[in-house]
Amino acid sequence: MRLSKDELAALVARDIPDGSFVNLGIGQPTTVADHLRPGSGVVLHTENGMLGMGPAAVGDQVDPDLTNAGKIPVTELPGASYFHHADSFAMMRGGHLDVCVLGAFQVSTKGDLANWHTGAPDAIPAVGGAMDLAIGAKQVFVMMTLFAKDGSPKLVPACTYPLTGVGCVDRVYTDLATFDLGPDGPIVAETFGISHADLAARLDVPLRRN
Amino acid sequence: MIVCETTDEAVAGVDDGATVLIGGFGMAGMPVALIDALIRQGATDLTVVSNNAGNGDTGLAALLAAGRVRKMVCSFPRQSDSWVFDGLYREGRIELEVVPQGNLAERMRAAGAGIGAFFCPTGVGTPLAEGKEEREIDGRRYVLEYPIKGDLALIGAHRADLAGNLVYRKTARNFGPVMATAASTVVAQVREVVEVGAIDPEVVVTPGIYVDRVVAA
Repeated sequence: MRLSKDELAALVARDIPDGSFVNLGIGQPTTVADHLRPGSGVVLHTENGMLGMGPAAVGDQVDPDLTNAGKIPVTELPGASYFHHADSFAMMRGGHLDVCVLGAFQVSTKGDLANWHTGAPDAIPAVGGAMDLAIGAKQVFVMMTLFAKDGSPKLVPACTYPLTGVGCVDRVYTDLATFDLGPDGPIVAETFGISHADLAARLDVPLRRN
Repeated sequence: MIVCETTDEAVAGVDDGATVLIGGFGMAGMPVALIDALIRQGATDLTVVSNNAGNGDTGLAALLAAGRVRKMVCSFPRQSDSWVFDGLYREGRIELEVVPQGNLAERMRAAGAGIGAFFCPTGVGTPLAEGKEEREIDGRRYVLEYPIKGDLALIGAHRADLAGNLVYRKTARNFGPVMATAASTVVAQVREVVEVGAIDPEVVVTPGIYVDRVVAA
């Protein structure tokens, strides 16, 4: 069976090693936090200046001085720390974060990522921390649907949308399959409700089996 | 260091054409009272450096709506409530320089630390690196990024002492400490001003050397 959004988030959470320092991107990647095993020791980083971020704040926990990168009120866990923006991105760029999970419009078989701009002429460009995140963490995971709403594949030979980062994606988690990317092309790690042959037929990229 | 009685006093003397660094990430750490005072002060043709390009109709959005900003330098102008900037941009009434968030912070850090320029891996191979000098160092590609220096920084902090030492609160810290190092005149809006000695020196985040004016607002 094709994975639901919830099952996909759980799958990503399963592959985050205990004790990792992790940044979860805005949107779908944020939901990975709901599936981390209690006691995993995973520490969440938010690029607006915090390690040890807790769940979304509710009721009287809401504090305008404490938000995540999506500007949603959040909570702090014991052992949390705060730091300014330059330190937060130095931490990321300097390779101190273990895993970053991002969404994507397209990922190329060489690990190029496009997730910040559709390139539409009337779109106002806005990059936020996407380019910094893409090249910073030791491992970059992408979670996305394998096909866009119009049916076009999002794992592609070369991105047609403007790039966020070059050769930066290590693993791609989708509703139909997971892929490990490397210099020799994508390796299909797992499939969900689709055969390898059907997958290969629907994608315009050479696939290897695990 | 001057403790100002009013926000109008705190933003006095801003010239037309100035580059103004404005702290805050969304509304957290946004020095709204100082921005309101800057609107009253009247300086125009400003270049504003801030992570976002205004939210709703207040603060930075109000400064934009008043037509005082020639150019916006930011990482993320497009938000659900950034209708003021969206309108100005689509009408061609404002320039935009989009900078990756970490580069925005690091370019101001460089300005404050006396660094002439730096090679950074962020954005390599993307549209935002086009036209920039590139170098390979130890097998990795980097682009050359230049400092961003302000004439004025407006920041929000939690508490100041009479020596200008600042502490912040939670993620409202964000760009404040970096911007405080990167502008000729630094103005901090704080919730309270306390006596010298009332802030433990071990917890000072922005030392008073960087701060020119504080105002409780």
